[in-house]
Amino acid sequence: MKILVCISHVPDTTSKINFTEGDSKFDTNGVNFVINPNDEFGLTRAMWFKEKQGASVDVVNVGGAETEPTLRKALAIGADNAIRVDTPATDGFQVAKQLAKVAKEGEYDLIIAGRESIDYNGGMVPGMLAALLDANFINTCISLEVEGDKATAIREIDGGKETLTASLPLVIGGQKGLVEESDLKIPNMRGIMQARKKPLNVVAAEEVSTQTEAVKFKKPAPKGDVKLVDPENLDELIDLLHNEAKAI
Amino acid sequence: MSVLVYTETEDGKFKKAAFEVASYAKEVAGGDDVVAVSFNAADASELGQYGVSKVLNIQNDKLSKFNAEAYADALKQAAEKEGSKIVVVSQSANSKYLAPLLAVHLNAGYASNVMAAPESTDPFTVKRSAFTNKAFNFTKITTDVKIVGLSQNAFGLKENQGDATLEDFSPELKKGDFSVNVESVDKAKDKVTIADAEIVVSGGRGLKGPENWGMIEEMAEILGAATACSKPVSDMGWRPHSEHVGQTGKPVASNLYIAVGISGAIQHLAGINAAKTKVVINNDPEAPFFKAADYGVVGDAFEIVPKLNEKLKEFKAKNA
Repeated sequence: MKILVCISHVPDTTSKINFTEGDSKFDTNGVNFVINPNDEFGLTRAMWFKEKQGASVDVVNVGGAETEPTLRKALAIGADNAIRVDTPATDGFQVAKQLAKVAKEGEYDLIIAGRESIDYNGGMVPGMLAALLDANFINTCISLEVEGDKATAIREIDGGKETLTASLPLVIGGQKGLVEESDLKIPNMRGIMQARKKPLNVVAAEEVSTQTEAVKFKKPAPKGDVKLVDPENLDELIDLLHNEAKAI
Repeated sequence: MSVLVYTETEDGKFKKAAFEVASYAKEVAGGDDVVAVSFNAADASELGQYGVSKVLNIQNDKLSKFNAEAYADALKQAAEKEGSKIVVVSQSANSKYLAPLLAVHLNAGYASNVMAAPESTDPFTVKRSAFTNKAFNFTKITTDVKIVGLSQNAFGLKENQGDATLEDFSPELKKGDFSVNVESVDKAKDKVTIADAEIVVSGGRGLKGPENWGMIEEMAEILGAATACSKPVSDMGWRPHSEHVGQTGKPVASNLYIAVGISGAIQHLAGINAAKTKVVINNDPEAPFFKAADYGVVGDAFEIVPKLNEKLKEFKAKNA
């Protein structure tokens, strides 16, 4: 089985979110970048397929040279090859188009992407990629098994879950549950050394017009201080929730 | 020109999100028509109250279970038939599943997580949440056909007295529409889901064990709320994964979020930031949640919650 895992290069959760150039661009100054957590669950599941069932695992990212350490980390975790499509990621459609070209050329059986990136939270790329490839698609996937060319997946729905089957080629929008947090691998020294020698191919981007454009960013107004209520006076809490917040 | 909306149903009944996307579409449409697409609705005329003037009423047993590809195909055919330039969907799990497929089929730009009515319609610019609610991203959609994914509870319901005409609609479904097959659905009946809930009551590690969730469930029942939990709680198997809210779990956008025994790790807060009013009950006054909350009670949850439940019951009895 040939697996492609799409990797987003995102600021880690604890990053300070600031904007520059007249609030039109995310300020990467001092920000630590990581593999998007939703992608990392998928990558770890891909490694499981490689170890238990035999599979090759390639990772791909759409971005500038600054994203290469993130791809190297994916190689250190155990991916075989990395591909970087050399263009800044601008919108979900543009990224999906670039990925579709890589996916078509590589003739992958299974493509795993995170259900969304933790920076822009668009949640578009996996579905758009599937539609562009005319491949089957399962989103918010929390369990995935593959036997031959048949996949069985569990998808999280509002208030429960759903079991689905589909044949390969298949695109997955993955999340926690594909593997558990405790299954995530921290690259060891051997992995890091090997990763340096593994191929990281830089490919030229396709000419793609975007469909959306981020024109401005804004941070929410700072929140006021918490109002503390005495545990002996819970009537006050109910009064505040009813009359002030109008929440009950 | 018309604005098309995907009005979601559950067991034939419209979800609140259906009325919310209709209300939003009415505002965006101005004087133009709002056309809804409904799948196996028992009474599609209900949509008239929220500004829908026409319903493309699909009755088809093959579509009794949600199927992203088939539903996206039906919506595509509806949008083309109506010549709709704007399509509005919610951000439920199902809508988030089908919207990117629909976007490619319609060659439409798609903006997800939309928080309000458009900032402007020419150019078409919407306010979206990004960076897990730590910022807003104002996005311009530049394509001819546009898809808006409206976040739950972001716009609210707006009643519009009007009648919706029903038109039978039978989209042509292809074999490929069903190539992902739904084998089984495992869903708690008669339980409010986190996505639909006005109020979410959530418990954390401070509750010490799954056996202590009775008081959380009681509060949820009194308030008609959904129950949720923090990540460690679902990791330890005290509660199902589907209740986990936070960055890698479910997002919360309810009107009220009550956190009991949750310290407020940054990943947790990222997922619940969009809740309008946040209450924390925790015995540690230094817990980070107090910085994110609107109201807080410092003290022992095992004493406070049962007392609060009694008082909430009295309040509900008086205000019923």
